[in-house]
Parts: sequence; structure tokens; C-alpha cells
Amino acid sequence: MPQAYAIVDHAYDVVVVGAGGAGLRAVVGLVEQGLKTACLTKVFPTRSHTVAAQGGISAALGNMGPDDWRYHMYDTVKGSDWLGDQDAIEYMCRAAPEAIIELEHYGVPFSRTPEGKIYQRAFGGMTIEYGKSQALRTCAAADRTGHAMLHTLYQQSLRHKAEFFVEYIALDLLMDDDSACRGVLAWNLDDGTLHRFRAQSTVLATGGYGRAYFSCTSAHTCTGDGNAMVLRAGLPLQDMEFVQFHPTGIYGAGCLITEGARGEGGYLVNANGERFMERYAPSAKDLASRDVVSRAMTMEVREGRGCGKDKDHIFLHLDHLDPAVLAERLPGISESAKIFAGVDVTRQPIPVQPTVHYNMGGIPTNPGGEVLTKRGADANAKVPGLMAVGEAACVSVHGANRLGSNSLLDLVVFGRAAAQQAGKTVTKGGAAPSAPKASEERALGRFDRFRHAQGKEPTAKLRLGMQRVMQGHCAVFRTGPLLEEGVRELAAVRARLPEVSVTDRSLVWNSDLVETLELDNLMSQAAVTVSGAANRLESRGAHAREDYPERDDANWMKHTLAWCDDKGQVTIDYRPVHLETLTDEVQTIPPKPRVY
Amino acid sequence: MVEFALPKHAQVQPGKTHAAPEGAKRLKEFRIYRWNPDDGRNPQLDVFQVDLDDCAPMVLDALIKLKNEVDPSLTFRRSCREGVCGSCAMNIDGTNTLACTKAIEEVEGPVKVYPLPHMAVVKDLVPDMRHFYAQYASIEPWLKVESSPPSRERLQSKAERDKIDGLYECILCACCSTSCPSYWWNSDRYLGPAILLQAYRWLVDSRDEATGERLDQLEDPFRLYRCHTIMNCAKTCPKGLNPAKAIAEIKQMMLARQG
Repeated sequence: MPQAYAIVDHAYDVVVVGAGGAGLRAVVGLVEQGLKTACLTKVFPTRSHTVAAQGGISAALGNMGPDDWRYHMYDTVKGSDWLGDQDAIEYMCRAAPEAIIELEHYGVPFSRTPEGKIYQRAFGGMTIEYGKSQALRTCAAADRTGHAMLHTLYQQSLRHKAEFFVEYIALDLLMDDDSACRGVLAWNLDDGTLHRFRAQSTVLATGGYGRAYFSCTSAHTCTGDGNAMVLRAGLPLQDMEFVQFHPTGIYGAGCLITEGARGEGGYLVNANGERFMERYAPSAKDLASRDVVSRAMTMEVREGRGCGKDKDHIFLHLDHLDPAVLAERLPGISESAKIFAGVDVTRQPIPVQPTVHYNMGGIPTNPGGEVLTKRGADANAKVPGLMAVGEAACVSVHGANRLGSNSLLDLVVFGRAAAQQAGKTVTKGGAAPSAPKASEERALGRFDRFRHAQGKEPTAKLRLGMQRVMQGHCAVFRTGPLLEEGVRELAAVRARLPEVSVTDRSLVWNSDLVETLELDNLMSQAAVTVSGAANRLESRGAHAREDYPERDDANWMKHTLAWCDDKGQVTIDYRPVHLETLTDEVQTIPPKPRVY
Repeated sequence: MVEFALPKHAQVQPGKTHAAPEGAKRLKEFRIYRWNPDDGRNPQLDVFQVDLDDCAPMVLDALIKLKNEVDPSLTFRRSCREGVCGSCAMNIDGTNTLACTKAIEEVEGPVKVYPLPHMAVVKDLVPDMRHFYAQYASIEPWLKVESSPPSRERLQSKAERDKIDGLYECILCACCSTSCPSYWWNSDRYLGPAILLQAYRWLVDSRDEATGERLDQLEDPFRLYRCHTIMNCAKTCPKGLNPAKAIAEIKQMMLARQG
């Protein structure tokens, strides 16, 4: 029996978990409507991982040449390898210009064109006239766009006097017996108290889970806590096998070098100095979609043309660019390259390798942010009281592969949409229903068990074991036998979790316990990721199966739904892809081979 | 009577000395401030040895390695590990900086790691940042406009936009403010370099229409004028920003409007 914990009670109209771009945009929208809103976050808002986004945010503003949201939609559908839902993609791309203008009005310090408009740069997979030529669509604040946006959104939430609960760790969703969400249980690191947040609606904005892998661009805090809470609540995650490898993580350190570096004219070379992307993507070359470039780089290394003494990475050249352009548009990555690779970008190439960067999969939602599950034949059954936005959600606008600069867009467009939807479903100042005690006791039991864990396995050792399995078995190229081995090895690591050891017994800032709870969260997400990958017998977007090299629309143009029980057993089902568009202002983009 | 020494309960005492990893050829000593709010003891300095041949280059890498392999109760904030989130600000080798971008090899001799100075400590290397954040909110750091917004973006020339460079990049790590003696003595009323840099960021944004109101808010013997150009802020900023210059510019604006 867990010891009795005193729990502080709170009641709100809406509780938002997470204060990155999506969470903050939702908070601003909720507070603007007069809804009593609490935002829980495990790090101070401006430390959320949105801060690390560099290159920009896409929108067909047409500031630097002709553009149309329909071109943007076409590119996003193609980028998704036809796994994205076209109604949601239409919604996002249409809403994009307005969303960017709103950000500018909020005060985002965008870089400017000579006319004083928002500067837009080239990014991978972004074209005009349905693939005819490169688009200039990605709105940028130098190469610190995420930082500029996140700080601005925090400033806006200060303007609206939003209520924050900073350095609170969300432990579990409070679910009632009909699978409706009634709030969330959280732990305040600062004083060690536990808190029950009851709310009519709970919005998960908890980001991705890059830390399931050994090498990622993601922050240490990217452990997908919301995804894991959803799995523990008996709900499915969607398309988790689709993990984006960013082509240019700094070799070794894993820190991100923006795609905008290639957008501004940078290019990749192999050990022979060859611009190999010309062979893989004759038209888009270095600005092909991320999955395409990451595979090409991996092929070059495999075939012995990697750079360095171990021939295991690729060089990114920026040294031919005007140093003034580098200083104005790419100052942040110039600094990162100096610090983490010891490279002066005006003279030397940056050693890079494909690095885990983004999770296309997540909590299935509709474009209003309402969480969906499958009940019987109903593949769009809503989960009352639960919403999700941002990288944690799978709307799905990114399908099997996200285009660069579509993620920041996703955050603000769907953060805003979720706030609007909550405005329709939540009663201002209405009663926040309670969840049955059993749900809370399960959550407390888990917390208490890990808090008093006295096993022999250090958290860090188990985490490393999991990360190595994921990196070795579920990376850029995948094969059936390797994935099956990954499933088994991951289960073996998971089986050791009851033997984990937590040495810090305090409730105040017990980061040993935080990391252990996060490890538990990562484990279930890793399980659905590798099982989903083993299950999907085709290649699509970021999921490249060497034993099934072709996309198979007849059998696999469908979303994976994966449930994970408390023993790590994964169950899989499917939802249809929405090929239909939202309005008749645009036609369905029919599947065709994806060539760049 | 004036007391120049730390109060007894705050004096740092020798702590645990952890054994060096076996077979290591290149050892580096880390002396790390520890304080646990639960045990009622004084803060202590624990001594660790890190094998540099088995550790990534940054101080944060060493702290994580020690937490992973030696003492999981070692407590510190960290997130992005690439110098943009501002979580891992601490005092390393006598200087406030980010552990994630501070190379171990830059430190001669033992690496001494303390929390940011003159902040209440929550635990080990985790300071209480609430007052700092409240000060940030107090300057109303958002775009203020009276005019109704255009249907498109507000235009801003490149030259106007350039004025925000060196300001908007601030990551609110508080390295500068907690290096400032004036802030140490008067942080209850003096805003400190980080917050004043942010205040200046809005004063020079060509889109902002509340310059007068913002200056009024700063016209105070403490909020702004406790800056005595000591320059520790500019010296310590891990992002290479210059808060002292921003403060001087604010003072210039004050003078200019007095005519």
C-alpha cells in the first residue's frame, strides 16, 4: 500500500500540461476566452524544447515570390508520403499565413526583407506550383526562430496573466470508468507536494520522446510524458513507428544544425568531396525531404564513402557562403558548430550525421485537438475531457515524414484550434468532475513504487540499454529480423525495470526519481515504436524497410494504432487515412510515387 | 556588529570524497556544492574524479556522468544541452555560465561547481529562480501597441530590426544578474542586468508604442540606477550579450527625454 500522501486540490476549466509552443499558444487562446486555465510544466516555459527550433515556420505568405497555401498543402501531403490526413493538412496550410501574421503582431522578432516584410527562406520539400521549383516559404528569425517564438508566446501568456505551475511533474491522467479524462495528478518539485488538478478538459502538450534513442537532437527533457500517460490510461498512440532522423545533427554531440543551412546554400559532401545528393534527388538535391537525405547519407557511409577516420559521417559545407550572410542568417549554428565540433564554418565543413529529431506519431486527435480512439467500428471515437497538441499529438499533418518548418506551424495552428474547440465544449466556471479514487490510487501506487525502488539496476544503465536497442534496431533503415530482435531485447530491458534503483528518497527536487519516472514513460513508447515498425510491412516516409522497399498503398495506407499494457505487451489496430479534403476549394491529392 | 563570514548553518563543509574510477589515465577532479533541504545539515563540497578519456567534453557531460554512474542524487537543472534553454546556469570555476557549453578543459585544476551565487538554494545546484522570473514579468515584456494592427505584418526595416539583435537572444539564464554585486545587495528592488536588457529590447523595438510608459516604470533610484557599470554581466554572459551596454542606452534615453 502506498503511504498516505496529502494532496492539494485544484479545479480549473482547462488544464494544459506542457509549456512549449503548442501548450503556450493553447494557454493564450484559452485565457483570452476567459476560461480558468492552469498550465503545468516540468521546466520554466522558455526552457521548453521549442526554444531549440532554428530554421523557421512555414506559411505561404508570398513575401519573397509567388506562393499559395495549396502548393504548401501539396508539398505537405507528398512529404507525408500520403499518410497525412488531407483534411487536417488543408486546415493547417490554409491557416498558416494568418497564424504567422498573428505571431508577428504578438512581437516575434522575425528577420526582414529589404521592404520590411517577414523574411522567408528555402526549406526541404517546399515547392511552388506542385513541385515545379523551390519555394521561399519558411519564415525565420535568423536561425533562432523557435527561441523567438517561444519567448514571445510566454510573453503573451504573461500579458494575459495565465496561471503557471512551474517544475510540476505530471504523473498520470485521472480517468473515470467510462474512459473520460477528469484531470491530472502532478508533483511539485520545489516543495515535494502532490497536486490534483481537476478540469473539464485536459490538454496534453508534452512534446516528443527523442530520448528513447541514444543520439538525438532532442533535449534531455523530451521524454514524451503525455504519450506515456495516454498509454497507461488504456488509450492508443498513432503512427509511432515514424521517427524522423534529421540529416544534420553534429557528429558525436547530436546538436542540431538547421536545414536552413542548406536552405541558404549549404551542401553535403562525402569523403570524395562529391555532392552526392545530386544522385539521390536530381531535382531537389540537398533540399529533398529529410527522410530522403538521411537515407542517402546512410547509404554513402555504408558504401564506404563516409568522412573522418572511421568513415562514419558526412560533411556539411557552408564555407563558400558570404561570411556576412552567415553572421546575419545563421549565427546560432555558427556558434554551435564552433562549440560542439570545433569548426569555424567560414573555413571548414561541419561533420554531421542523421540524428533522431522528431516524432511524427503521437496521440491521435482531430483538427480541433480532441483525442480520438477506436471503439468497435468507430475509428473516430472521442475521449471526453482529453485533448492533445503539438509534437505529442498526431492530427495527422506530418504522416510518415514531416517537412522542415511544418512543426512550428503545427504548434501554433493546432494550439489555437484546440483553444477554440475547448471554448465550445467547456463551460466557463462549470463544475470540474472528479475521477474515481481507483484511478488516483493507480497513479499514486506507481509513484510510490518508484520512489521506494530499492533494486540493483541504476536508472541510467537501464536507460542506456533501451536507447541502444532503439538506435541499433529501429533507425534509418529497418529489416524484419532486426526489428523482431529489437522487440525482444527491449522487452528484456523492460523486464529489469522492477529491479530499478532510486537512491534519492526526498520529495524535493528528486531528479533521480524524475528520471526514473521518465524512463518508465520512455519504455512504453519505445515498445510501441519498435512493435509498430516490425508490424508495418512496407516502406513509407521515415519508415524504410529493406525487406519491403516499396510503399504499399493497397495494404498499408492506414494509420497504426498501438496500445501498450502495463507489462509492455503491444496491441495493434488501424485507422483509415483521411484522403478527403476539408472543403471543395482544393482537391484530394491522389497518391503517386514520391520523387524529389 | 557586522558579520563578514557566512552564518554558521550556511558554511560549506567538506563532504564525501568519491573514489576515482579504476584504470583511468586522465583524471579531473570535480568539487561540487551539495545541499539537501531534508537532512538539516550544512552544505558540503563533495569531491569526485572523472576520467576525461571516458567523458564527453562539457562540464554538463561530467555532471550527468557523475549522476549516472556515481551519485544519482546529485541534483541540477538541464535540458537542451546546447546553450539555448538556459537551464544549467551555475557557477563553474568562479564564473557564472552554462554547464552545457563550458568545456572541462578550459578549467585549470579542479573544477569547482556551485549554484548561481546569492540565490536561495533549493537543493544542490538548483537555485530558486522565482524572484528573477517575477522581476521579468514586472517589466511587462510584451509588445504594446495602441494602433490597430494591419491585416498583414507590421513593417520593420532591416535597420530597425538590427537594433533588436544582441537583445532578443537572451535565454533568461540569470548568469549576468547573479554575477552583479549591485544585484546581490539590492535584488529586492534593483531589476538587474538580465531584466534591464529585456526592458531595452522593447524600448528599441520599432513596433512598440509604449516607450514613454516603459521609461516611466524604470525611472526609479533602484530599478535602473543601481547599475554601477561594474560590467560583470557582460563578462559572464554565456551568449556573448552585453547587458551593461543596454543599461547605458536606457540611461541615455532617460537623459534624452529630460531634454
